[in-house]
Amino acid sequence: MNRIDWRARNHPAWWAALVHRVSGILLALFLPAHFWALARAIEGEARLESFLRWTENPLVRLAETVLVILLAAHLAGGLRILALEFLAWRDRQKTAIALSAGASLALGLCYLLNVF
Amino acid sequence: MRDQLLRVSVWRGADEGRLVAYEVPARPSQTVLDVVTYIQRRLDPSLAYRFACRVGMCGSCAMTVNGIARWTCRTHVERVAKNSAIEIRPLANLQVIRDLVTDMTPFFEKWRRAEGRFVPATTPARDFAKVPPASRERRAADAGIECIGCGVCYASCDVVAWDPDYLGPAALNRAWTLVNDVRDGGNSDRLRAVAGDAGCHACHSHQSCALRCPKALDPTASIAGLKRVAARATLRGEL
Amino acid sequence: MTARGEARLWLAQRAAGILLALAVAVHLATILYAVHRGLSAAAILARTRGNAAWLAFYLVFAAAAALHGGIGLRTVIREATAWRDRSLDLATAAFIVLATLAGWRAAAALFA
Repeated sequence: MNRIDWRARNHPAWWAALVHRVSGILLALFLPAHFWALARAIEGEARLESFLRWTENPLVRLAETVLVILLAAHLAGGLRILALEFLAWRDRQKTAIALSAGASLALGLCYLLNVF
Repeated sequence: MRDQLLRVSVWRGADEGRLVAYEVPARPSQTVLDVVTYIQRRLDPSLAYRFACRVGMCGSCAMTVNGIARWTCRTHVERVAKNSAIEIRPLANLQVIRDLVTDMTPFFEKWRRAEGRFVPATTPARDFAKVPPASRERRAADAGIECIGCGVCYASCDVVAWDPDYLGPAALNRAWTLVNDVRDGGNSDRLRAVAGDAGCHACHSHQSCALRCPKALDPTASIAGLKRVAARATLRGEL
Repeated sequence: MTARGEARLWLAQRAAGILLALAVAVHLATILYAVHRGLSAAAILARTRGNAAWLAFYLVFAAAAALHGGIGLRTVIREATAWRDRSLDLATAAFIVLATLAGWRAAAALFA
């Protein structure tokens, strides 16, 4: 059986689906870690404060920015899928993908400008 | 143009095999099927491939051309050749019988499994069914009805590659046209057949099927329609 | 799982997704606002302690995120690996319950 050629996958909707999947996996794995870290950090105000000081580390800030972009990308891609499945959108697909990508990058940049 | 040669590499063998290089004279308005036919008639009569109508109606000549599934009889060489080179392989996601011929049995078997056959409503018709052309159902059925069963969407679908049980875009598109056929009486069985993770719910809207369909159909939209009908049936406890 | 079960999971994931679309937008806006003001423990706790609306929002948000993520991971695992039997459904349920509880615990701690 022949496999699908990579050249056949090089189109916007496929890349959008890949971004949606990868961001989804990473966010789902991050979720328990996020809750766990929060729950530990808020055992007291001092503890939370020291946790927040830890997050001022540039590497942590960079990771946070990536997370914000992932979240925004997954949100935008999810709206696209909902439109496709429930509103039966057809022709406006490429515009929707472009808007999704733009919005998530803009949000990420916003975050970056805010924290640094 | 007349003296130019196309460098054509063609898959020879079955699932195990290799690409074999041929040189074919370039011609104006030449289709990929013309190229394959030239090889078989002039260079190597043992080349196996499938075609019938040559005019885009029968759906039997689909192959993978430079990595992308296409109907070869309506694909012009000049549109797909890269530096006068073309690579022709059998369709993906299907067993190769020989050279460019795949076994389409699972593809059509899935149409059957998706209840892709018209089931007359139980009361015998006394008169012609009147289906207003402008009705929502008729327009939804029309949007998917021109499928020629070529298998291009099936060979382009990632979910088919991941899950051999997945019914695939063509069978689900067919089911959607029947769901919208007001004369059909088989929808409760059909919905059960097309729901679930081997059916419409497995589709991730990669939309490769819609992009590659030579008839410009949109199976992704048909599958989304099935998802909505299945959702309604689930909420009503009818699924 | 039966077709009916899969259809229900699909519906649950889409419903949670619609809820999350709103919640994530609020969450992202809150993040940008909070970070812009400079993060401090006192400021965060001042906003969250005793704030019932905030608590209700995050209880729903955490449960929806756990449900949406759990079903999504199950789908990815079924497609990418050979793990497809009943134990995967149980693991999915465990993920959803544990992640929800962890989220609720964190929200409760910020509220109290």
